[in-house]
Amino acid sequence: MTLFLIYAALLVAIWALTAFLTRQIARRDGLTARKTVTFGDESAIRSSRVASVASVVVIFLIWGAFTGSAWTPIHAPVDWQMRPIWLPPPEAVWHRLLDIADRGFRNFTLWEHLAISIWRVFAGFFFGALIGIPLGFAMGLNSFLRGWFDPIVEFMRPVPPLALIPLVIIWYGIDEKAKIILLFLAALWIMAIAARSGVAGVKLSKVHAAYSLGASKWQLLRHVIMPNALPDIFTGARVAMGVCWGTVVAAELVAAEKGAGFTIMVASRFMQTDIVLMGIILIGIIGYSIDMAMRTLERWLVPWKGRG
Amino acid sequence: MADLIVDDVSMTFALPNGSRIEALKNVSLDIRKGELVSVLGPSGCGKTTLLNILAGFLAPTGGRVILGDAEVSGPDRARGMVFQQGALFEWMSVARNVGFGPRMAGRKRAEIDRLVEGLLDSVGLRGFGDKAIYELSGGMQQRVALARCLANDPEVILMDEPLGALDALTREKMQGLVLKLWKETGKTIVLITHSVEEALLLGARLIVMAPRPGRIHAEYRLPFAERGAGEDLRALKRLPEFAARREEILSMIWEMEEEIMGRAEAAP
Repeated sequence: MTLFLIYAALLVAIWALTAFLTRQIARRDGLTARKTVTFGDESAIRSSRVASVASVVVIFLIWGAFTGSAWTPIHAPVDWQMRPIWLPPPEAVWHRLLDIADRGFRNFTLWEHLAISIWRVFAGFFFGALIGIPLGFAMGLNSFLRGWFDPIVEFMRPVPPLALIPLVIIWYGIDEKAKIILLFLAALWIMAIAARSGVAGVKLSKVHAAYSLGASKWQLLRHVIMPNALPDIFTGARVAMGVCWGTVVAAELVAAEKGAGFTIMVASRFMQTDIVLMGIILIGIIGYSIDMAMRTLERWLVPWKGRG
Repeated sequence: MADLIVDDVSMTFALPNGSRIEALKNVSLDIRKGELVSVLGPSGCGKTTLLNILAGFLAPTGGRVILGDAEVSGPDRARGMVFQQGALFEWMSVARNVGFGPRMAGRKRAEIDRLVEGLLDSVGLRGFGDKAIYELSGGMQQRVALARCLANDPEVILMDEPLGALDALTREKMQGLVLKLWKETGKTIVLITHSVEEALLLGARLIVMAPRPGRIHAEYRLPFAERGAGEDLRALKRLPEFAARREEILSMIWEMEEEIMGRAEAAP
């Protein structure tokens, strides 16, 4: 509670300070600067970079202040400080990271742990997209196939992939194949639904125009329906990658011999909180990087998105 | 090129709620090759249904459409379409959009490039070939749509309110372009519009349709399109005979609208 109040106080203080400073140095030549209505006008809202940097700094400051870190100048009173077994100081996590990067953890190097998780995600996603996209196209283009697959897809869609872990373990054990099948199932329905909505989103006039220009069914599929569905497929791929990343970590928590989730699960058993924190931070960074990479790829491959 | 013959075409269909709609009833029309025909009428008169039947997107419940010596049974390259907007392919450049038809037909690349360049020139888009569709204004996009349609050298061009989404100034320019292309290519053009002025200007022959059931109500042969290709369009619209025709047709459509309203009031 105290922690929350301190956090809120810092937020307000830094907000007031930046508001004051930006008013002093504000650029007054843009159109946005002349807008009198900004509260409610989403286009006038930018993510303030100063605020983002300050936000990260504040989190580290509070973390350091309550753990007696050597990195922070101010510290909370000793009674309020956390014991390292609950929350180690940031430098302990950092040193642990260097240590594990150097010496490895449980028979595998840190990179092997991370790489195997990433590899599982990509493999599962790849097969999910390989089957899911054609499945979505079939459902978007044919009444019988839509009717046939609709109950399956609509039933499987709300089932969280985590709920499938026990069944996958019973059927396939805990080896690589089992994890890739789980991630395949996580990605499959998302990709099928994305592809289906991509096909459904094609404007009828585009289809009519293509047929009147002499396109065959196959040419229509190849030159109109597929590129038209690409933006939706990309949106689905971003969601699927996020879900797969979450699922792989959870699956490794349950049963694995290596992987990012395995690392934090084993560390927690031995109360190695610094390794747990390090693992969580790395998992966050990798998840974020995957999403950024997908966005870049999207801008590059479907520049017409949202501009039809 | 050949004549487009609409032979006693009817279109009745049932709505999901069970009521039957007579979208078209016994419509007959002979469109000579090279004619410029505009179709006008209040909403619900079946003009879009008629165009969809001419294109081959809908099969009529009665009668048939004949182009040359073949009955229309589905869409094909003999009848090109120009839609209101959004029918261009955003994932292709302007030049690839224009060359789409010839490319689907498997023609040689150099041949297509030459054709596309000539067409972009004649619609006033020289040098825009490499641009993306979403970089163009609405008027320029419709120029691309016209060029794309012409690239296939269709026998008939069907236009479904092609200038409906444009602002007044651009629209007037585009009307001039449609007339110019008609004169230059000698194509048969059937154009649907809800603007009386546009129908007078872009119809050497003007068909007025009436609703419930959709049918041909009146037909005019007009001199304006013929003259419009050379003369200033604005001057043409100021002519007393142009204004008189406009008033005549406007009041005809008003009467139809009022009749529909009256029937709707009497029904319950």
